[in-house]
Amino acid sequence: MRLRPHGLYIKPQGGARVIHNYNSVGLVTEKCVGCTDCIKRCPTEAIRVQDGKAVVIREFCIDCGMCIKVCSNKAKKADTDGLAAIENYRYKIALPAPALYGQYKNVLDVNIILTALKELGFDEVFEVSHGAEVVTKAVGEIVMNSANAAARPFISSACPVISRLIMMKFPDLIGNILPVIPPVEVMARLSRRHVCEREGLKPEDVGVFFISPCAAKNTGTHRPLGYEKSEIDGVIAISDVYVKLRNKIRKITPDKAEILAHSSFRGVRWALSGGESGNIDINSIAVDGIDNVIEVLEELENGQLDDVDFIEALACTGGCIGGALTVSNPFVARNNIERLGLLMRCDAGIKARRVDFGPVDFAELAFTRRLTPTRALKLDADMSKALEKLERMEEFIKELPGIDCGACGSPKCETFARDLVMGQANMEDCIFMLRRKVKMMAESMVELASKLPQTSFIQHRELRD
Amino acid sequence: MKLHYEVDGEEFAAAGQASGNIKKMLKQLGIASDVIRKISIAVYEAEINMVIHADGGTVDVDIQTDKIYIALKDTGPGIPNIDLAMREGYSTASDEVRDLGFGAGMGLPNIQKNSDFLKITSAVGVGTTVEIEVNL
Repeated sequence: MRLRPHGLYIKPQGGARVIHNYNSVGLVTEKCVGCTDCIKRCPTEAIRVQDGKAVVIREFCIDCGMCIKVCSNKAKKADTDGLAAIENYRYKIALPAPALYGQYKNVLDVNIILTALKELGFDEVFEVSHGAEVVTKAVGEIVMNSANAAARPFISSACPVISRLIMMKFPDLIGNILPVIPPVEVMARLSRRHVCEREGLKPEDVGVFFISPCAAKNTGTHRPLGYEKSEIDGVIAISDVYVKLRNKIRKITPDKAEILAHSSFRGVRWALSGGESGNIDINSIAVDGIDNVIEVLEELENGQLDDVDFIEALACTGGCIGGALTVSNPFVARNNIERLGLLMRCDAGIKARRVDFGPVDFAELAFTRRLTPTRALKLDADMSKALEKLERMEEFIKELPGIDCGACGSPKCETFARDLVMGQANMEDCIFMLRRKVKMMAESMVELASKLPQTSFIQHRELRD
Repeated sequence: MKLHYEVDGEEFAAAGQASGNIKKMLKQLGIASDVIRKISIAVYEAEINMVIHADGGTVDVDIQTDKIYIALKDTGPGIPNIDLAMREGYSTASDEVRDLGFGAGMGLPNIQKNSDFLKITSAVGVGTTVEIEVNL
């Protein structure tokens, strides 16, 4: 099985991780049958079927992972790191996303999951939810105290898919994105610093691995949004360690579990939609599922949400528990996490340790780079040419059947019209247009057949007989 | 480039389709973000107004390289006093509409604020035409 990442980049071995124009979503070419599953469900219309295989147009892909979720042939895969990658480092740290806790039923102590994870070969395990608690404080501070009315409502930057959606489709809302680095990045920085001090290690001896529910978070380590370089050395999909962990979890009884947890439920609930905004006492909207998010952003753009202070927008259904790299159904996962939360809050004897990560300066959490529009939608750099293309696109749309069958390889007639204008498709790729052309050709053949030259000896013989 | 839309007054859920389409096109033209925001707000307000007060109507758009012109025409009840209607907080919307979050009396002032040119022509019992221009 060969994973072909889309585009032209070659993933470097070790060393530099920052890669521009990197996308996480890759295709297992042999498994792709060229159906229309993924092109139809892609929220940014970034996929086409070309030569019988699904091809991602990189500038349109925001790594939401929808294609991974909907592919019935399992031909879509995220280009994450394998567990073997941790062996490149002397000291190995796992940073589990709280969504991991939702994957297992009837595990009523987070310490069991964390112990099992550590047993996979890590030296230390730190909860990303701790980073979420730190970010919660920073977000609260900014939202409560910001005098910048134009930036209201603030949009959470926690979901990288939504930030990238905004950069492409809602560039006028970029200024609303809260300029704070995500919890996992906070945790990566804090943990490296902490273990280097505690164990007397050099920063490069330490490998920090994110156990991720999300393909876009993997992309975020290669091309961070709002900061120069990620402190995360590798991203391991929850789905890739799910079975191994499950088998270990089953063997660990609560009394045998190492006390590794160090975060409260305020951080853990970030895995669920409403978790982030629920921590801050402000007028907020928590929206999940990318189609719902798009609707809310449209309303915001139309000036209909001026009374709202904060929007927590998550691309996946239910929040991060619905990520493309998870295994459990998001609604079941929610129940699993809420049960854990209940126990954590009602003093059911669940133990936690204190880890001193040192003081955190909120200024360190701020973006150091501005987010900029991607301009992928733009038809042409020249306005009059763009206008001309838009007009031609509208004409094509009127001409096309409008049933969005997808047989041409584009998800909709409208996208096909765009592809035509951009010179990336031929009219004959549309089976209806092709049939029309064949019909016209057949008709002119018949017509031509009756127009034989006057001198034709066959025609005259036919007439004579 | 000229576009024409029919706005159905009976379908409140569909209100905003014309402005949504216009917005989408402007994004494909690569219009500056702040201009898109202005047009989005102005046209959406105008379209919603037309549905709330006049059972829909038509929207005609002309996109040129330097500006966009939008004319919203209806055959509704008309506006008896345009100056009064332009005042912030003035509204004749029903409670039903207000319950939906509209009718706060910010519609016309909002359109004014977000356009570079605004002309309202109205005759009671005949209808209203709202013409908006935004420089690109």
